[in-house]
Amino acid sequence: MNTDCIEKHILLRAPISRVWRALSDSTEFGAWFGVKFDRPFAPGAKMRAVVTPTKVNADVAEAQKKYEGIVFEITVEQIEPERLFSFRWHPGAIDPAIDYSVEPTTLVAFTLEQKVDGVLLTVTESGFDQIPLARRAKAFTSNEQGWSMQTTLIEAYLDQTQQRAQTP
Amino acid sequence: MIKRNSAHKHRNSALVFAALGDEIRLRLVVRLCEDGPMSITRLTAGSRVTRQAITKHLRVMESAGLVRGSRRGRESVWQLHRERLEDARHYLDLISKHWDQALERLRAFVEN
Repeated sequence: MNTDCIEKHILLRAPISRVWRALSDSTEFGAWFGVKFDRPFAPGAKMRAVVTPTKVNADVAEAQKKYEGIVFEITVEQIEPERLFSFRWHPGAIDPAIDYSVEPTTLVAFTLEQKVDGVLLTVTESGFDQIPLARRAKAFTSNEQGWSMQTTLIEAYLDQTQQRAQTP
Repeated sequence: MIKRNSAHKHRNSALVFAALGDEIRLRLVVRLCEDGPMSITRLTAGSRVTRQAITKHLRVMESAGLVRGSRRGRESVWQLHRERLEDARHYLDLISKHWDQALERLRAFVEN
């Protein structure tokens, strides 16, 4: 079971220039993600973000309402036009009473790839194994109702290793 | 009271994460998952890892509530505590789900 990294893929039926703008323009990023940044993205930039309910989906906006106004920081790492955008942040840093700045961060990377029928966007978030256990438990607590009954990582792991484990 | 139970539960979940962060321990979990309760002799048979080392790993997992050991005659028998495994996957499931939602918002944003 890989507990360190999350990887997501989505095929977007839009021009790559459009997808890139939605990721690399901090105002556009904020509009769908549900935050407001204090400046444009630039490599190495330490950005301040304020949770602002998304304009894209009313239900999600409602769910984000209780976090409205919460401030967090991200540090931009790489910007390679229409290819790669990455930043570091503290996952689940939503408790104003906690100083997250001294804790390890996870790395979030958006990678774009032009396909015949759209743009394949891959999102990876890695570094979870370095996040303090207490913090992981905290994220766990505050979002209990959000858990999905998706195919589980452990089941996937068991499937993959079944062959090996059965071989004496 | 409810809150306390919940906090306790999640602290345990965090322990499970640490306990699973090792290849040997994961293999032990897989074997116990597929073949059910097993004596330490069977668990060690055919393994390059010593019985002593395996016992040590089992104890780590026992303290996280992942497995349970009991005596059967002169042997210790180990079995999986399945509920704990369920807990362990929830943290990444949760973050994973947040990304699913965020990416659907991005789709709506760029495809319209």
